[in-house]
Amino acid sequence: MLLIRCPWCGPRDEVEFRYGGQAAISYPSDPDALSDEQWADYLFMRDNPKGEFRERWVHVHGCRRWFQAVRSTVTHEIRATFPIGEEPPS
Amino acid sequence: MSRLLPAGGTWIDRARPVAFRFDGTEYQGLAGDTLASALLANGVVAGFRSPILGRPRGILTAGPEEPNALVEVLEPWVDLVVPATAVPLVEGLVARPRAGTADLGRARDAPGALGRNRHRHVETLVVGGGPAGLAAAASAAERGDRVLLVEEGSRIDGEPPSGDDVLVLTAATALGVYDDGYVVVHHRTRPVETVWHVRAARVVLATGWYERPIPFVGGDLPGVMLATAAARYVERYGVAPGEAAVVFANSAWGRQAADVLREAGCEVVAEGTVLRAEGDERVRRVVMRAQDGSERAVEADLVLVSGGINPNLTLWRSIGGGLRFDEGLACFVPDGVGPPWLTVVGAAAGEGLPPTEPLWFVEGGDDAEKFVDLQRDQTVADIRETLEGGLRSIEHVKRATYIGTAIDQGRTSGVLAAAIVNAMLGEGPGAQGPSGARPPAEPVAFGVLAGPRRGELLDPVRTTPMHAWHVERGAVFEDVGQWKRPRYYPGPGEDLESAVLRECAAVRTAAGAMDASTLGKIEVAGPDAPAFLDRMYTNRMSNLPVGSIRYGLMLGLDGMVVDDGVAMRLAEDRYLVTTTTGGAAMVLDRFEEWLQTEWPHLRVFCTSVTEQWAVVAVNGPRAREVVAAAGTDVELAREAFPHMTFRDGRIAGVPGRIARVSFSGELAFELHVAAWHGLHVWERVMEAGEPLGLVPYGTEAMHVLRAEKGYVIVGQDTDGTVTPHDLGMDWIVNPSKGDFVGRRSLRRADLVRPDRKQLVGLLPADPDERLPEGAQLVLEDTGRVPMRMIGHVTSSYRSAALGRTFALALVEGGRERHGRTVFAPLPEGTIAATVTSPVFWDPEGVRLREG
Repeated sequence: MLLIRCPWCGPRDEVEFRYGGQAAISYPSDPDALSDEQWADYLFMRDNPKGEFRERWVHVHGCRRWFQAVRSTVTHEIRATFPIGEEPPS
Repeated sequence: MSRLLPAGGTWIDRARPVAFRFDGTEYQGLAGDTLASALLANGVVAGFRSPILGRPRGILTAGPEEPNALVEVLEPWVDLVVPATAVPLVEGLVARPRAGTADLGRARDAPGALGRNRHRHVETLVVGGGPAGLAAAASAAERGDRVLLVEEGSRIDGEPPSGDDVLVLTAATALGVYDDGYVVVHHRTRPVETVWHVRAARVVLATGWYERPIPFVGGDLPGVMLATAAARYVERYGVAPGEAAVVFANSAWGRQAADVLREAGCEVVAEGTVLRAEGDERVRRVVMRAQDGSERAVEADLVLVSGGINPNLTLWRSIGGGLRFDEGLACFVPDGVGPPWLTVVGAAAGEGLPPTEPLWFVEGGDDAEKFVDLQRDQTVADIRETLEGGLRSIEHVKRATYIGTAIDQGRTSGVLAAAIVNAMLGEGPGAQGPSGARPPAEPVAFGVLAGPRRGELLDPVRTTPMHAWHVERGAVFEDVGQWKRPRYYPGPGEDLESAVLRECAAVRTAAGAMDASTLGKIEVAGPDAPAFLDRMYTNRMSNLPVGSIRYGLMLGLDGMVVDDGVAMRLAEDRYLVTTTTGGAAMVLDRFEEWLQTEWPHLRVFCTSVTEQWAVVAVNGPRAREVVAAAGTDVELAREAFPHMTFRDGRIAGVPGRIARVSFSGELAFELHVAAWHGLHVWERVMEAGEPLGLVPYGTEAMHVLRAEKGYVIVGQDTDGTVTPHDLGMDWIVNPSKGDFVGRRSLRRADLVRPDRKQLVGLLPADPDERLPEGAQLVLEDTGRVPMRMIGHVTSSYRSAALGRTFALALVEGGRERHGRTVFAPLPEGTIAATVTSPVFWDPEGVRLREG
């Protein structure tokens, strides 16, 4: 079970969190301007890298806040957690 | 015959005899004994059977790796199958042999293992209380760490560190090591066992070693014992496991063990390679083979065997640690680096182990008599057979032979099997390591892992403030999520069907009251609440007047219906939205997700108020009279209080809110009051209403009533693949109001196909026949499978109002098929039904508006 550092609550057990998929996929500013293919790409297509992955988590059994994480899909090591809307620390 | 030596035994207390019963016979042991050492002290060497072949087996080891001496503990606690070497001897212990399998019939009837959970956070967790573990724990304590030391055995030789921040557990096995220093420890406290959930900044594996045997003919006979185990019985328990011993060892440790036996008065009659051991129920005679190949037989009752020492790396490997074969030690040692918080020390790391001549099994004699895995009764011949069958990987050999999969998890056989595979394939001894290791490292009862989470504590139960009344009235309940909801209220002699027909008829002709408190309720407040709800629902909520109510449909981004409910506008900047009973948490989560991740600039706050409000839904043509009789200062007249509006006021003497909103198609008022007034208001409504024909009704009648009206239940008539258009609910989708969640998807090519499954009604040709929910529908019953399925029944009931059965269904292009006949081919016969509009009752809504 991962130990995840909530940006507001500190390190907590993974069971307190829910996974939210790939991060930094913004809702399109004008969905009507997108073709069906572009819309489907936004809706369904996600990266599946071997290595660092920027993803979303929510501290659902804690402060209920969403945040971002950079996690290695190989080692599960979480390099950083940071609020929604921010860029990952280098 | 007692085998207890006149002196010695560092773990036993000769002044404290302990009485126990094994396999029906009374024995006496000593405090500090294990069941195994006490049996040996009483001269009980044999008495066990192998699980598959029924061969006689005896005690092989002195620790938890024991493959042969499995027992069932009956008193004073219950353990279905456990090694006798791991059972501490206590007064009154009752046990019997168990041939490698638990009696699951008994497991079903037994009270079951009991467990509890505890949590511990430490800087350093040390697994293993041997010399290396003690040293690691001491240095961690010295630098001020909080320390937890867990030792599998019942005691520790040596002095562990002490202090407020140091906890030492014996009889405690680390079941698994997981990410970020999370370790689950099984602590065999009795009678209630403990599962420790440990989070450690550093984990030190000082897990020691297991000795491995050497397979030879007759090597599974009672009297064959691992050399170091025999020495332990002498040193710790003061027991000599035999009188005349043969030593078959390929390292100095085996020969040192022989010296210990010798000092205890056991005669060592021969040393060297054992060709075979002979005897019926135990070792009587041993045939040795000299270097020149000549054979010689000796009389002996004990064979001390030592094929080498394996570092115990189960936990290391289960978290992804690698292995390397050490030629000099003839064993696998840790290789590479594991997670940064994990280290392996001491013998587990290969430190201090004896140089060993590899010898994986004895050549000569029948390979089918040389046992590798004693718990699976698998031999050298069985391994050879799988390789001749074409298998190469140790993982495949394991799955073909089940070697390493028994209760002992291959502690004595795993490395051996891998090395034999390597040797037979003509590869180096380290070509393949043992098969993978996974938690749990030892068997643990489900009851222990479950801990207190059983029975009523398995899952929280949610009840409404009126629950006691429903129980008193004899309601039959159903589970809706975690809620207990009355399904129906059977009268004398009534079953589900007759009760529901009566309840439905009452609502259509007089009045009924339903406890609707479980409806999800969320207050959405803030200056941007109107704009936010416009984005979350398919229709416009921002122009809803204060005091009015509007039905709303919520979609996923993919355009599929996920929930529905109504929004009441309490103030310019405040709404109360309701959700389905099961969808409340999901809807609140969605609101929060969009607000936090996409629209953080919107000033909106969402608060769950589901449990703050009790709701009594009064439905039926006499609903107005019922509410008036219950007492209210709200003007209830039709013109003063139109459909889809609400009023604040007093109800049955308490403050509340009345909403004129209906899920039955009848005139209806929902009475919302503070939860603590719920029972009072419900009772007042019942008292006032019963003279007017009011009955309490449950979820089943509610389902029938709403289906007669063609109202869908999200999750019953929808399944995550259904759009508003599929439901015939285009009227609630307002694409011109601006963007909302799911809007763009509704234009996708697949979502505008005319042949999508659409909601229809079905009237069975036989008005007395009820279609089963879930039944598949075809256009033509050919009598031969397969038939092309065009849809399925989603809801199906017997209707009091219609005087017949009816159903809702999703049917391909269904709206173009009204009037057609479809068929439900079922095992008990085919049911024909006519496709209709899904609205069977008051399609114009006169009863709602003009009621």
